[in-house]
Amino acid sequence: MNAFEKQDFSFDADFSIAIREKAVQKIKALDFPTSKTEYWKYTRINKIVRASFSPFFTESVAEINLSAPSKNCLVFINGYFMADLSWTEAKDRIHISSLSEAKNNSASLQEKFDSLTKQDEIFAQINTAYHQDGAFIHLERNANLEDPIYVFHITDGSDVMATPRNFIHLEEGSQAKVVIKTISTNTSERCLVNLLSEVFVEKNAHLEINKIQDEGNYKYQIATEQVRQEGNSYFKINTFTLSGELVRNNLNISLNGEHTETFLNGLYPLKGKQHVDNHTYVLHREPNCVSHELYKGILDDTSTAVFNGKVYVHQDAQKTNAYQSNANIVLTDTASINSKPELEIYADDVKCSHGSTTGQLDEEALFYLRARGLSKKTAKAVLVNAFAADVIEHIGIEAVRNEIETYIDNNYKGIA
Amino acid sequence: MIKIENLHASINGNEILKGLSLEINAGEVHAIMGPNGSGKSTLASVLAGREEYKITEGSVVFNGDNLLDMEAEERARAGVFLAFQYPVEIPGVSNINFLKTAINEAREKEGIGPMSAKEFMSKVKKASSLVELDGKLANRSVNEGFSGGEKKRNEIFQMAMLEPKLSILDETDSGLDIDALRIVANGVNTLKTEENASIVITHYQRLLDYIVPDYVHVLYQGKIVKTGGKELALELEERGYDWIKEESATLNV
Repeated sequence: MNAFEKQDFSFDADFSIAIREKAVQKIKALDFPTSKTEYWKYTRINKIVRASFSPFFTESVAEINLSAPSKNCLVFINGYFMADLSWTEAKDRIHISSLSEAKNNSASLQEKFDSLTKQDEIFAQINTAYHQDGAFIHLERNANLEDPIYVFHITDGSDVMATPRNFIHLEEGSQAKVVIKTISTNTSERCLVNLLSEVFVEKNAHLEINKIQDEGNYKYQIATEQVRQEGNSYFKINTFTLSGELVRNNLNISLNGEHTETFLNGLYPLKGKQHVDNHTYVLHREPNCVSHELYKGILDDTSTAVFNGKVYVHQDAQKTNAYQSNANIVLTDTASINSKPELEIYADDVKCSHGSTTGQLDEEALFYLRARGLSKKTAKAVLVNAFAADVIEHIGIEAVRNEIETYIDNNYKGIA
Repeated sequence: MIKIENLHASINGNEILKGLSLEINAGEVHAIMGPNGSGKSTLASVLAGREEYKITEGSVVFNGDNLLDMEAEERARAGVFLAFQYPVEIPGVSNINFLKTAINEAREKEGIGPMSAKEFMSKVKKASSLVELDGKLANRSVNEGFSGGEKKRNEIFQMAMLEPKLSILDETDSGLDIDALRIVANGVNTLKTEENASIVITHYQRLLDYIVPDYVHVLYQGKIVKTGGKELALELEERGYDWIKEESATLNV
């Protein structure tokens, strides 16, 4: 922790400094989770806790391909904003900038910042206390941005801890699509990213987030999204965890108005000794809301995965329609998954269901394809692609959809 | 084309085929009939290359090659086609795309480049109209949401696409209404040439009114116990299988 405490945040806005100081106090009363902590039961973080990570400011990254077919792209390296690598388009009622800049001039941010952060989560509090920078996206009432906004969080260096923080606020009737990519340079190793995003989706607003985690070997990531949706709003988040040695996602969504729609999709194609843990929590507080969750895993080698999805239906949340599904394909005897879909329901007129399946590739389908002349390898690749397809089709941005499709296609051509 | 000699096959330690011999030449249609449990579907599975069956004795030579040494996909590329009794649904796998992959993988093995999109599509058009599935196959996943009859018609569609040398129709008639049966049979008859052959496995004579066999074999207790012309099928329809069982029992004494 010492290395963080040495960071100088005197440049920060006064309100933010005050929030940081409070968080520092809260951290003192919190411990890192252990295997006895229920919320972290299947994910051991000794490697992270014992390692010594430091913040690291750098501006020079080579050989990074930032493909962002968009008029808005924000780039951060190790949590710090890279103005020279970023570009934004000035547009009425749409504010896209670094969080640091917004702290000085955005009333929205000053009012809402840190209001969703979980008080008892140590990584969230660390982020509040020591975050460097991150994306600020604010759409005023009825603003509509058709072009997706790209946010890159890049890690570079060795033993680096990056603590980026995003803030997304869609006012009533506004609409946007966001791509958040966490990647790293080829030369970086043993880095930890502790990313936190606060997301406010107001009445009738419509937001889609595509989160692509692809940091490579020897990278650790803890990513938390705190989302609040108001009445008649639509929120979709697609999480693709392509690489990273240990990745933990905490996705918490609170439905604060009636007739909201929420979609949570995830795909984790794992290899080597990757470990990926998806914890999701959807809180149905109000009646007539729909939440739909689909997470799929493809586990190869000695990879491990955790899925823990909880849907909580408050007693007032009548006519809730909640569906939750986790499906996994295990390609080897040494890969494993802990899957725990949970429903906690206190209302009596709801439609809720959940399911979890884990198995190998369908032998019968495999034989069928081979009996038509497809080699075993091709047949397996075809089935893996098909398995991933219904998550991928949720991506509302064509370039991103193609990117993930290509990734799956290229990575499962040669499975034995 | 194919010569099966003294074939013994077992699954989970149970011997199902107990010395089956059969020879089929190009241009011929052979029907294999027999009571339930006689080993009809096992024969189809063994020829198509299902790995769960163990061959304990005998040989199968297909156009000069030892079929039993080949993987399922190698058999398919060599021209063996199994029309499944229960075609599997494969959600997310496009019916048309996987056939394109199958055709092009086979062509690649032979050193020929991929089939042109134009040629492929015209083939699709022809084959789908043959089984009256026009327009029902584009953008559809393999057999997903298909009725029983549509699944069987899709098998024949695939047969038309792959142009096999030897087709094995495993109880393709089971569960079909008369219209679907007529469509399936018409497909098979249209695809028949002097260069290819078919094995039609069925429990009922009904299908053989439409696909007329050159030979009818009766399979019982893992062996072919009787062979005749198409009239044998009619006799079986009339008299059932009991007399075959009795005859066979007498022979075995």
